[in-house]
Amino acid sequence: MSDLNAIVDILKGEFGDAVLGHHEFRGQTSVVVAKDRILDVATFCRDDERLGFNMLTDLTAVDRTPRTPRFEVIYNLYSFPHNRRLRLKAPVEENDTIPTVEGVWKAANWLEREVYDLFGIVFDGHSDLRRILLWDGYVGHPLRKDYPLEGIPQKVVYR
Amino acid sequence: MSETKNMIVNMGPQHPATHGVLRVVLELDGETVVRAVPHLGHLHRGLEKLAETKTYHQALTLTDRMDYTGALINNLGYCLAVEKLLGIEDQIPERATVLRVCLAELQRIAGHLLWLGTHALDIGAMTVLFYTFRERETIIDMLEDVTGARLTPSFVRIGGLAADAPPVFFEKARAFVKEFPSRVDEYELLLTKNKIWRNRTEGIGIISQEECIQYSITGPVLRAAGVKWDLRKVQPYCGYETYDFEIPTGTVGDVYERYLVRLAEMRQSIRIVEQALDRMPEGPVMADVPEITPPPKETVYEDIGCLIRHFKLMSGGFKAPEGDVYMSVEATKGELGYYLVSDGSEKPYRFRVRPPCFINLQALEEMIKGRMVADVIAVIGSLDIVLGEIDR
Repeated sequence: MSDLNAIVDILKGEFGDAVLGHHEFRGQTSVVVAKDRILDVATFCRDDERLGFNMLTDLTAVDRTPRTPRFEVIYNLYSFPHNRRLRLKAPVEENDTIPTVEGVWKAANWLEREVYDLFGIVFDGHSDLRRILLWDGYVGHPLRKDYPLEGIPQKVVYR
Repeated sequence: MSETKNMIVNMGPQHPATHGVLRVVLELDGETVVRAVPHLGHLHRGLEKLAETKTYHQALTLTDRMDYTGALINNLGYCLAVEKLLGIEDQIPERATVLRVCLAELQRIAGHLLWLGTHALDIGAMTVLFYTFRERETIIDMLEDVTGARLTPSFVRIGGLAADAPPVFFEKARAFVKEFPSRVDEYELLLTKNKIWRNRTEGIGIISQEECIQYSITGPVLRAAGVKWDLRKVQPYCGYETYDFEIPTGTVGDVYERYLVRLAEMRQSIRIVEQALDRMPEGPVMADVPEITPPPKETVYEDIGCLIRHFKLMSGGFKAPEGDVYMSVEATKGELGYYLVSDGSEKPYRFRVRPPCFINLQALEEMIKGRMVADVIAVIGSLDIVLGEIDR
């Protein structure tokens, strides 16, 4: 996958230290990016003609506990002009925030809400950061590894 | 002059035209929609969390229960993702791959038929439902012959298929392939030039190509907007590049064109089924990778080695190498992706589904703002949502 290596080089050239590393597995390339620069990297990935990642296929997170930083926010990108994929990963500490990419791809709105709902990661500058699958007032974030499978009892207020 | 104010209407969650338990809070100025806020989660079962506690073989059964109108395609996407993670894509037997394509396309037709019947019913054309369910029943019967289940087959397995298809399936499928195009003509006769249908659907719920890409919309909705993009063509899997079929597209991207695109897709799918039947090779339907795939059932009864292998796999599972993969297939609704993270154990460390319905639904407000309240029904129908997949 030489063209993907070229992309990694372009990103490294543009952002230097903000690119923390990259790895390849089964022909898929992931680039680890410092979360403070994620907005710049995302905008660059979308707008630069050599990259052209104009679609945010998916946005999710992984709880890496007990490793630190605890969370990884994952951006699966797709480029229509070049028909290829790239994965960005941004490590986030527990109780830390990450800038929203809603302004780059509109699709990020609900996807970030879902990550906030299920992982409790706060996206800075998000226009409407509410829970999406669970109800308001729910205690806990189920996809965290320390959340028990059977759930924790919730106080439900009926109106 | 008396004071006026906007009215808030709760559409759903118990509303037949929201195709499940979707609740949309509409703010109306007269009959015009000012705001539309979908509220999700009524069917949230925590599938992703649950899958993290299951072995790779066990987690398969959960995929059926997302988009239950396209269960075989969900199975297929998941199995392809695991096979990619394990690096055994090349070892899948030819017959299994062709049968997978054949079943997936039949499932796609069944999914589109269900959509067409209910969408027409929403808009007020009741007859269509009886026509489409007649053919859907035929397909479901065929799938039952093969998989033993009508709705949640869990039939595509890691490494191949659970079993071979019986001869009766091929007979029925042949007959169906011959008959089906004339059935699509019947649906077209009922709707395509129907004045009421066109008035209700033309120019409604338009979304442009650029907006589609911004919202990550995929599937028939994207194609109706004029983007010739289908994962079966652009990033082929299961040998789709060797089949001869077209990608139907629209130009405007309204509800009517989504209908036309899906109808045309059914015709293309039946072509693929026919080609798959023609080339159906002989041979096994399960790869022989001792540490991953179960041995043939007959040998389990006779050979102690196979019995142990079967027992080990079914009780403990297999270990996957550490890493992460993203694999997606073209489901009936759009790009269905699986993002699997493995920590080297028998269970997926992270099991993420990229749900096409969830992502497509996000653009709902964009499509219905400023339109009549009756159009909301038409637009929701045209997105072809399944709440099992949105809420997971």
